[in-house]
Amino acid sequence: MTDFLKVEQLAKTYTGAAEAVFEGVNFGVRQGEFVCIIGHSGCGKTTILNVLAGLETASSGYVLVDNREVAGPSLDRGVVFQGHALMPWLTVRGNIAFAVRSKWPDWGRAQVDEHVQKYVQLVGLGQAIDKKPSALSGGMKQRVGIARAFSIQPRLLLLDEPFGALDALTRGTIQDELLRICAETHQTVFMITHDVDEAILLADRILMMSNGPQARVAEIVKNTMPRTRTRATLHHDPQFYRIRNHLVDFLVFCSAELSHGRAPLQPPEVSPGLAEPEPEPEPISAFEVSPVVSMRRVA
Amino acid sequence: MAASTKNFLVRSEGLKAGLLSLLLLALLLGIWHLATTGGATAAVSATTTPLTAEQIEYAKLMGHDPTGGDAAPRSGFPTLAQMADVTVKHLSAPFYYYGPNDMGIGLQLAHSLARVAVGFLLAAAVAIPLGFLIGMSPLAYRTLDPFIQVLKPISPLAWMPLALFTIKDSSLSGVFVIFICSIWPMLLNTAFGVASVRRDWLNVARTLEVSPLRKAFFVILPAAAPTIVTGMRISMGIAWLVIVAAEMLVGGTGIGHFVWNEWNNLSLPNIIFAILCIGLVGMLLDRMFALAQRAVTYVE
Repeated sequence: MTDFLKVEQLAKTYTGAAEAVFEGVNFGVRQGEFVCIIGHSGCGKTTILNVLAGLETASSGYVLVDNREVAGPSLDRGVVFQGHALMPWLTVRGNIAFAVRSKWPDWGRAQVDEHVQKYVQLVGLGQAIDKKPSALSGGMKQRVGIARAFSIQPRLLLLDEPFGALDALTRGTIQDELLRICAETHQTVFMITHDVDEAILLADRILMMSNGPQARVAEIVKNTMPRTRTRATLHHDPQFYRIRNHLVDFLVFCSAELSHGRAPLQPPEVSPGLAEPEPEPEPISAFEVSPVVSMRRVA
Repeated sequence: MAASTKNFLVRSEGLKAGLLSLLLLALLLGIWHLATTGGATAAVSATTTPLTAEQIEYAKLMGHDPTGGDAAPRSGFPTLAQMADVTVKHLSAPFYYYGPNDMGIGLQLAHSLARVAVGFLLAAAVAIPLGFLIGMSPLAYRTLDPFIQVLKPISPLAWMPLALFTIKDSSLSGVFVIFICSIWPMLLNTAFGVASVRRDWLNVARTLEVSPLRKAFFVILPAAAPTIVTGMRISMGIAWLVIVAAEMLVGGTGIGHFVWNEWNNLSLPNIIFAILCIGLVGMLLDRMFALAQRAVTYVE
């Protein structure tokens, strides 16, 4: 299966900076796949997402969506911004209608409104449809942001740490909703997160970034848990802890070691969930000696 | 319960403030009354020296009737009673027209308002698009900035001779002066408002492939509207200040001309009444823009 989204040798150096923030970033996302990217602050996750969205340009490298190079923003790629980015002078209906009219300019008023209502219902905000964003809670605002992004039916959905500012309870509910909506729509999603559990719940594959400067996608962790997973039952699966430990170990021990371009150019894909329970966390000590070799071994 | 108590407190505070305002007004009027009637006896005694027939004739030519019933002490400040008379007279016929030199206060105000409206709208038509350009393009900002910095501090009345020479029409020159004085706050506020539209909203517009025109009208304009309307409010305040001075200078019609004309007539009651009218109209104009401001303000 060929990759729907392909990122090749992507690099970004800000003017005046000696070293690239990230360099030699390679990865792909398949149609209908949910991919999360995790990394410490400053490794350029948001920049990568902005390049995918077409809002920023990379210093070198390519981004191909459906074999066509990304040259700028497009209605094919919907973005949910970190700070919801709703227009405060419009109601929920107005905000989503603005997006819908941008996608289908020749739709009539009734058709737009019907479409808007459908997506407002999807995120469960039927009662709040005529409220301004200032009258909504943080979670509701982010739901509107998600509804807006879904309403234009993008081929690729980009989420920039959408739940970062929400409390744990609200975050959980919206994660479940997102999981449900993505399952219904077979949406292809690329999402930034800081939350390991969130990544395991939502993602089919998790891209692990090494630290900057010269950060890279150092490893791709396959989520081998069944797609029917839910937040409530997640932690009963023994795979969960293997994957979770692997992710946390990477963030704690490996990501800093692999900065300055020491990560492999072609990230290995690993499935820690399927690994036999090991007597001791050997890979960690191996990483410290020679990260690249040990990661190949794991792969 | 608590809300209604609070509501009552707020209302009673408003009531208190209103009562105190009325009290202050009464106090000021009382001082006025005492000052003018106390001085009047002295003034009357000073002017009771009988006038010669020539002097009376001269006074009549000047538009005053020293033998008439309401013979005011000319050298004195008008009393409250005289003020009331003048007010009633003006308010009972605000729009009469007996020729270019004698028309109702309402007509005079209408002339001034028309000049302000035309000058202000012309200024808005130039300043708001230009402000958009400056706000969106740093190049345009840097190019135009020196001109704005030099032109902005020029007193609008300093343009008057140049305007009279080139336009050759006193009324249009007044309009030009209003135009030039109200353009700056609108221009700078629009530029500032447009330049500080949140990146997020522009990014939303970009990812939705919104056309530049649609972006300008449906994203930037509503986002910058509170700042733009604030600029318009400041401009209108300045325009209303300047129109009086401009009309005093060019004459013809308008409330400024009326004030100067009544000064030449030495009719202080008319001048005071005109001053109050200027204040009230200025307040109404400001209220209008305050309402517009409230309509476009949004809570983030």
